[in-house]
Amino acid sequence: MKSLGSIRRSFEPWNDPNQRPYIAFENITKKFGDFVAVKDLTLHIFQREFFALLGGSGCGKSTLLRMLAGFENPTEGQILLDGENMSGVPPYKRPVNMMFQSYALFPHMSVEKNIAFGLKQDGMAKSEIDDRVNNMLKLVKLDQFGKRKPHQLSGGQRQRVALARSIAKRPKVLLLDEPLGALDKKLREETQFELMDLQQDLGLTFVVVTHDQEEAMTMADRIAVMDVGRIIQIGTPAEIYEAPKSEFVASFIGDINIFRGEVTAVKGGVVDIETPDGMVIRSETPHAHATGEKASFAIRPEKLRVSRTRPEGGINAASGEVWDIGYLGDMTVFHIKLKSGDVVKASLLNAVRTVEDPFSYDEEIWVSFAPDSGVVLSN
Amino acid sequence: MKLISAITRRLVIIVPYAWLLIFFLVPFLIVLKISFSEPVMSMPPYAPTIDLADGISGIFDAFRQFSFSNYLWLTEDSLYINAYISSIKIAFISTMLTLLIGFPLAYGMARAPSSLRPTLLMLVILPFWTSFLIRVYAWIGILKPEGLLNQALMAIGLIDDPLIILNTDTAVYIGIVYSYLPFMVLPLYAALEKMDYALIEAAQDLGCTPISAFWKITFPLAIPGIVAGCLLVFIPAVGEFVIPDLLGGSRTLMIGKTLWSEFFNNRDWPVSSAVAVLLLLILVVPIMFFQQMQAKSQESGR
Ligand SMILES: Nc1ncnc2c1ncn2[C@@H]1O[C@H](COP(=O)(O)OP(=O)(O)OP(=O)(O)O)[C@@H](O)[C@H]1O
Ligand SMILES: [Mg+2]
Repeated sequence: MKSLGSIRRSFEPWNDPNQRPYIAFENITKKFGDFVAVKDLTLHIFQREFFALLGGSGCGKSTLLRMLAGFENPTEGQILLDGENMSGVPPYKRPVNMMFQSYALFPHMSVEKNIAFGLKQDGMAKSEIDDRVNNMLKLVKLDQFGKRKPHQLSGGQRQRVALARSIAKRPKVLLLDEPLGALDKKLREETQFELMDLQQDLGLTFVVVTHDQEEAMTMADRIAVMDVGRIIQIGTPAEIYEAPKSEFVASFIGDINIFRGEVTAVKGGVVDIETPDGMVIRSETPHAHATGEKASFAIRPEKLRVSRTRPEGGINAASGEVWDIGYLGDMTVFHIKLKSGDVVKASLLNAVRTVEDPFSYDEEIWVSFAPDSGVVLSN
Repeated sequence: MKLISAITRRLVIIVPYAWLLIFFLVPFLIVLKISFSEPVMSMPPYAPTIDLADGISGIFDAFRQFSFSNYLWLTEDSLYINAYISSIKIAFISTMLTLLIGFPLAYGMARAPSSLRPTLLMLVILPFWTSFLIRVYAWIGILKPEGLLNQALMAIGLIDDPLIILNTDTAVYIGIVYSYLPFMVLPLYAALEKMDYALIEAAQDLGCTPISAFWKITFPLAIPGIVAGCLLVFIPAVGEFVIPDLLGGSRTLMIGKTLWSEFFNNRDWPVSSAVAVLLLLILVVPIMFFQQMQAKSQESGR
C-alpha cells in the first residue's frame, strides 16, 4: 500500500465519518469595521488532535484563536466546542486556555504566582498547587527562576513561563499563539518534542498558530494553510508537503520547483504538459484538463535526479547548466539554469563522504524525475 | 575629556539640587528661624533679627535668644490642633472622593480608542487655562442659595427650598474635588494606559470574572498611579487656603486659613511660621512615602 510521506497513521479521526469534531468553526466571518479578517471559514478539529494553523502575517490566525478563546465574537457563523455552542459564553467559562503571542505575563507577580494564577482561580488546594507549579517549572526548565519577576527574565524564559502558565490548568483545549517564536533553534526543537509528548500524555487538544512551516510539520497531526482570512488547504503534513493543491500552498511549505506549460494531451487521468523549454512532463492528475490549457507542475528539489547523460525515454527531463552549488553538509543543492532562463533547484543527499567525479560550475547536465514524484496543481 | 564628562555628569545632578537649595531649603530655613523668634511691634515684626554685619558672634547671640515658645503655644491652644485635624480630615475625605471619581475617568480614558485619547487628555487639562481663583469664584455662583444649581433643581421640581451648600464643608469638598481632579486623573491615566489589555484577557482566560480580574490585575498595577494621585491631591489640599476661604463657612476650620489670619490679621509672623513648619513636618511623612513608592516602581521597571 502506498502512503504519502512514508508514514502509516493510526490516528486519523478526520477520516472517520462517525467522529464528531471537538472544535467546529461553522461558516465563521469576522469583520473589524469594514475590514474582513476571516471569511466564511469552516474548520473541524478533533479531540486529541495537534492542529496547526499556518500562514503569513496578518492572515487571521490569531483572530481565529481569539474567537475560540472568547475574546472576539464572530460577526457571522458559530463556534461549537464539544458540541456546545460557544456564542455568548465568556472567556472565563470556556474550557480553553491560551498562550498569548505577547505572553501577557502578570508583571507584579513572580513566575510561580503567574503559573499558579489559574489554579488558584479554580480553588485548588495549596499543596496541590505547589506540586503542579513545581512540575511545570521543571517541564519548562525554569526550576531556578520561580521567585523571579517576569522583567528579570530573558525573552525565551518569559515565553516558557507563558507556556507553563497556559498548560498548568490542563485545559481540554490549549491554544498556542506562536509559542516558540523567541526560542533559539536548539531549544525550540527540544520544546517542540516536549509539547508533542505533553499533548500525548495529557490527551489534550492543541491548536497552535505558527508561521514556521517546519515547526508545523514537526508537531502537527494536521495543518491548515491560511491566506487572507481563508483556509487554502487542510491536510496532514505529508499531504500538504507531497500533494499541495495550489501554488500558494506549494511555495509556502518548503522549497519547490514549479514548471508552467501548456497541456498537449490528456488521456485517462494522465496529462502531458509542454514547457517553453521543450520539456514534456507526463504525470497523473486529479484535475480535469483540456488540451491547449495552461497548467503547472510542482516538484520538490529532493525528488529531482541529476545526470550527465540524457535519461532514457526523453520525457520528464530537461537540460541546463550548473549555475550555483550550495553545500549544506547533509545535502548539496544545485541551481540549474534551463535554456528559458528558469532556474531549477535540485538537492542531492550526500550519502557518501567522497564523490568520484563531482559536478562543476557551468557544466551541461540533465535533470529528470519519476512521473509520480510531483503534482499537477489546480489553477 | 574624561574630566569634562565627569563634570557635566555632576552638573546634571547639581542643577536640581541647587534649585531645591535656593528655592526650597533657604526659604524654609528663613521660616524656621522666624518660628523660633518673638513677635515685636516693628518691621520686620519679630526679634531677634540676624545682622550679618555683626559676624559670627551676632549669629550666636541670635541663637541664644531663640525659643520654642511658639510651638508650645500651638500645642496649648486647641484651635491649632483642631485646625490641623480638621484640615487632614477634609483633605483625606476629598482625596478619597477625587480617587472615586478620578479612577473611572482615567480608566475610561485609557480604554478609549487611541485616536480619541489626546482629546480626552486635553479636556482634563483644559480647566488650567483659566485662573484657579476665577474657577473657584464660579462655584460661588453655582452653589449659592439663588445660584444655578438651586435654580435648576427647583425648576425640575426636585426641591422646594434652596439647598444651603455654600459656606459649608460640603462646598469645600466640592471645590477641592473639582480643583484637584486633574492631579488625580493624570497619574492614574499614565499608570492605566501603560497596562497591556492582554493581561486582562489572560486573567479571564485563566478563569477570572471581569470584576476579579480588575482587583487582581488592574488595581495592583495601578497602585503607583493611585499613590501618586492621592499624594498630589492630599498634600496641597491639607494646606489649601483659597477654597475654604471662598466656599467654606466661618465654622470651616483649615490650617491654611488659620495661617493666613495669624499672618495678616494678627501680624504674628513667628506663630504663623511655626504653624507652617509643623504643617510641613506633618506632610513630610506622606512625601517620604511617595518617594519610596516612586523608587520602588522605578526599580521594578514599571
Ligand atoms: N482589533 C482589531 N481591529 C482591527 N483590525 C484587526 C484587529 N485585530 C486584528 N485585526 C486585523 O486582522 C488581520 C488578521 O489579524 P491577526 O492578528 O489574526 O493576524 P495573524 O495571522 O495572527 O498575524 P501574525 O502572524 O502577524 O500574528 C490583520 O490584518 C489585522 O490588522
Ligand atoms: Mg498573530
